[in-house]
Amino acid sequence: MSILTKDEAQALLKKVLSYSKADECEVNLTGNDSANIRYARNSVSTSAKVSSSQLVVSSAYGKKLGVATINEFDDASLEKVVRRSEELAQLAPENPEYVLFLGPQNYAGSATYVPATAAITPRLRSDLVAASLQVARDAKAVAAGFLEDNTGYSAMANSKGLFAYNTSTNTNFSITVRTEDGRGSGYATRGYNDVTKLDTRKATQIATDKALKSAEAKAIEPGKYTVILEPAAVAVLLERIFFGLDARQADEGRSFLSKAGGTTRLGEKMVDERVNIYSDPLHPELPTSTWSGDGRPQEKVSWIEKGVIKNFSYSRYWAEKKGVKAVPGPDGAIMEGGTKSLEELIAGTKKGVLVTRLWYIRDVDPQSLLLTGLTRDGTFYIENGKIQYPIKNFRFNESPIIMLNNLEELGKVERTVSVESNVNYLLPPIKVRDFTFSSLSDAV
Amino acid sequence: MKRRDFIYLSGLGAAATMLPIPMMGNAIDPGRALETVDVALKKQLADVALNAARSKGATYTDVRIGRYLNQFVITREDKVQNIVNTESYGLGVRVIANGSWGFAATDKLDKDSIAKAAEQAVAIAKENSRLLTEPVRLASQKGYGEVSWKAPIEKNAFEVPIKEKVDLLLDVNGAAMKSGADYITSLLFLVNEQKYFASTDGSYIDQDVHRIWPAFFITKIDKVSGKFETRNSLSTPMGMGYEYLNFRPQDKIKGVTTLYKGRYDMFEDAKAAGAQAGEKLKAKSVEPGKYDLILDPSHLWLTIHESTGHPTELDRVLGYEANFAGTSFLTLDKWESKKFNYGSKLVNIVADKTQLGSLGAVGYDDEGVQCGQWDIIKDGILVNYQATRDQAHILGLNASQGCCYADNWSSVQFQRMPNISLQPGKEKKSIDDLIKGVEKGIYIIGDGSFSIDQQRYNFQFGGQLFYEIKNGKIVGMLRDVAYQANSQEFWNSCVGIADASDYRLGGAFGDGKGQPPQSNAVSHGSSTARFNGVNVINTARNL
Repeated sequence: MSILTKDEAQALLKKVLSYSKADECEVNLTGNDSANIRYARNSVSTSAKVSSSQLVVSSAYGKKLGVATINEFDDASLEKVVRRSEELAQLAPENPEYVLFLGPQNYAGSATYVPATAAITPRLRSDLVAASLQVARDAKAVAAGFLEDNTGYSAMANSKGLFAYNTSTNTNFSITVRTEDGRGSGYATRGYNDVTKLDTRKATQIATDKALKSAEAKAIEPGKYTVILEPAAVAVLLERIFFGLDARQADEGRSFLSKAGGTTRLGEKMVDERVNIYSDPLHPELPTSTWSGDGRPQEKVSWIEKGVIKNFSYSRYWAEKKGVKAVPGPDGAIMEGGTKSLEELIAGTKKGVLVTRLWYIRDVDPQSLLLTGLTRDGTFYIENGKIQYPIKNFRFNESPIIMLNNLEELGKVERTVSVESNVNYLLPPIKVRDFTFSSLSDAV
Repeated sequence: MKRRDFIYLSGLGAAATMLPIPMMGNAIDPGRALETVDVALKKQLADVALNAARSKGATYTDVRIGRYLNQFVITREDKVQNIVNTESYGLGVRVIANGSWGFAATDKLDKDSIAKAAEQAVAIAKENSRLLTEPVRLASQKGYGEVSWKAPIEKNAFEVPIKEKVDLLLDVNGAAMKSGADYITSLLFLVNEQKYFASTDGSYIDQDVHRIWPAFFITKIDKVSGKFETRNSLSTPMGMGYEYLNFRPQDKIKGVTTLYKGRYDMFEDAKAAGAQAGEKLKAKSVEPGKYDLILDPSHLWLTIHESTGHPTELDRVLGYEANFAGTSFLTLDKWESKKFNYGSKLVNIVADKTQLGSLGAVGYDDEGVQCGQWDIIKDGILVNYQATRDQAHILGLNASQGCCYADNWSSVQFQRMPNISLQPGKEKKSIDDLIKGVEKGIYIIGDGSFSIDQQRYNFQFGGQLFYEIKNGKIVGMLRDVAYQANSQEFWNSCVGIADASDYRLGGAFGDGKGQPPQSNAVSHGSSTARFNGVNVINTARNL
């Protein structure tokens, strides 16, 4: 087992620190047991079980710092990695941006660990995949999917007495079902800390329905459309905002959050006033670690409130320089939604496009946060409140900031997974007007 | 390394400042970069896994023992921001049992842990065999006995003192700032894969792979308007040692900006880039429409990668990537017809795992197959794919093409792209000759934004430098340029390729595929080429 208990981790970290001769020493320790099954063409393809651990030692003399890592844990290796980090620190020049390690912190208890997920057996994994395969086979369709689960822990300690420990479990599932002739394709994804919430049969049924319904796609002209984005599509667009909340980038004038004259958008209304985005490590539906990798407590933070940019994330150095609280970046993000289901959003739409999934998202212009990418695995034309027919996929060129200014309606929040980053979020389906599709794709 | 891990460690993303770990040394890094594991020990450990798997009922087993070393040296402006040495050592064992694949990996390299991993791999294979529709069919492969391969590097970059690396990067930053950059991040990313492979076919293969990527990212800001532009380095990751940075006069191609062939002058490029970032801010915003494009190899490699490399991966064609990276429009019937037109007659695309200095070069792939070279597109016709041992039979091949790779000891090896390159034109032709013939066009240098659909039909690419061509002459710089095309139409519009004297490699460390995602390092060679009538869009927006 790669998973150490709190006491075992603390004992190991104490031992590592006992070898230290530096002014300051900090040690980070992680371990993971993960497993997965991959399938395609209605058959299992590869499957793996991996156990791994890593130790990172940072030693400092004054403002000089050295870091070394190792994944071997006998006493000789532990002492060696400490010595190595000290040798590197002795050779280092002073870093004007060096900030002393944190002292002891108070962390709330996290809810990221679920025993049922840690106890997954090879049989349960193959049962979950068998249930998914059965749905596709019964529909005479072809399934390709991926089921993975991870049980991990992370711990850190330093010579100032800081100690932090967390265990977590997670399971992510994604499924693409295609018609046998390859003319239709549908997708669904799910992510949970608790595997008992995962219903692979139901998710595969959704993907299968989309595949069967998307087989006779018509081409409609590219242009600006009202679109309903399902949460998996919302995730890959909005996470570009979440990843870009760094204060230093904005202060330096090289972010979509920078403004002419050297100021930033902090405190300004930038998107529709119905947009509220925050992170909360204690949210019961999306628990995350209550401490960040450098030992700072993770707390509930509002990032966008009523359309106003409320907070930036800061490194400890930049926060000290600016004289503000050093708020770490979020581990997951939550967008407040409305009460309507996806079906109700569709029912209220005169003309529009339903998007299941977006793919291959890349930045085109960091100034406007213009992104490009394509629709995939279930794109449908809506008219008079009903899905009328499947349509061919589009390439889009759109900024999520502009998109959130064109907000029409928010649906009910659900937990989803970004296909780009594998990060879990709580997001609603959203309806926006004037979403820019720039060309057609023949891809199914 | 996963993209997010790289961003985290390199300090390039928002999390950059989470790890401000500057350090530099005057001596050779005291890290264990120069240590290797004794081959006799690796053989012993591998045999433990092979025997344990066989005793539990595996009909085939391979074992990979890997020590993966990375070094990142990262600076910004006048500061060393981060120097990170990472090391990962462990073992992965892959088996076939009951006709099904199983894999397990461990970083505990005692005999009991290795035997347990082998047993777990067999148990997984047996458990999952109930989900199979047909058993794995593995192409036969002779055992090579005990053999080895080493990348033919001239200077091991891990042996170069950290001070020399830091001095280079700080000089580069200084040159860029002096010529007009407001911000610069520069880095050296070094890779050494020490990998050992053993299989029940009787191969024990020890390999030593080296890669290097020097790069910088410059930003120039107009404070009054708040507009900013970026210019990234024109370097490329290479399968080379530190000699990549020891440039010679013959490695430079002089033109509207200096281009680099085989070796790289980071200082000169940074100096040019600082000024060009400023020029970009003042450049004319492109008028959307059809243009003839002249694409430099520092740009074209990425278009080759996305639109010929990925669609000819056999696992995509067969549907194994349907849930993530996608499938391919280059279906087997198109290959079987022997007349599917993918490119003009000038277009010859070759797969290769042996090219000197390339990222894909190894002696043997990660399932013990000796590597070679083969045609993918011949005179504009699709003639072949990229296959592994369990796919060879689908192409009627008796042996694998050697396209199996895993990015770590803990990752399952699977079909990955070899170097895929556009062959140079056969007629004598220079970059200037290509530009001369263009009435209304854009000359694009350097790679930028890139995106392509899951079957590889519709793509969009940006770049670093865009020069407007009017009546055979470069008339100035453009900005806000991206081009969109259908892959087949694009390659059919190729009307000119410069000769072999212009041939250069481009490439990436981060070619992503698979679930969980794995990174592949791959090079793509080409000479400058011309494509007619490509749709160009304007990417400027106001918030």
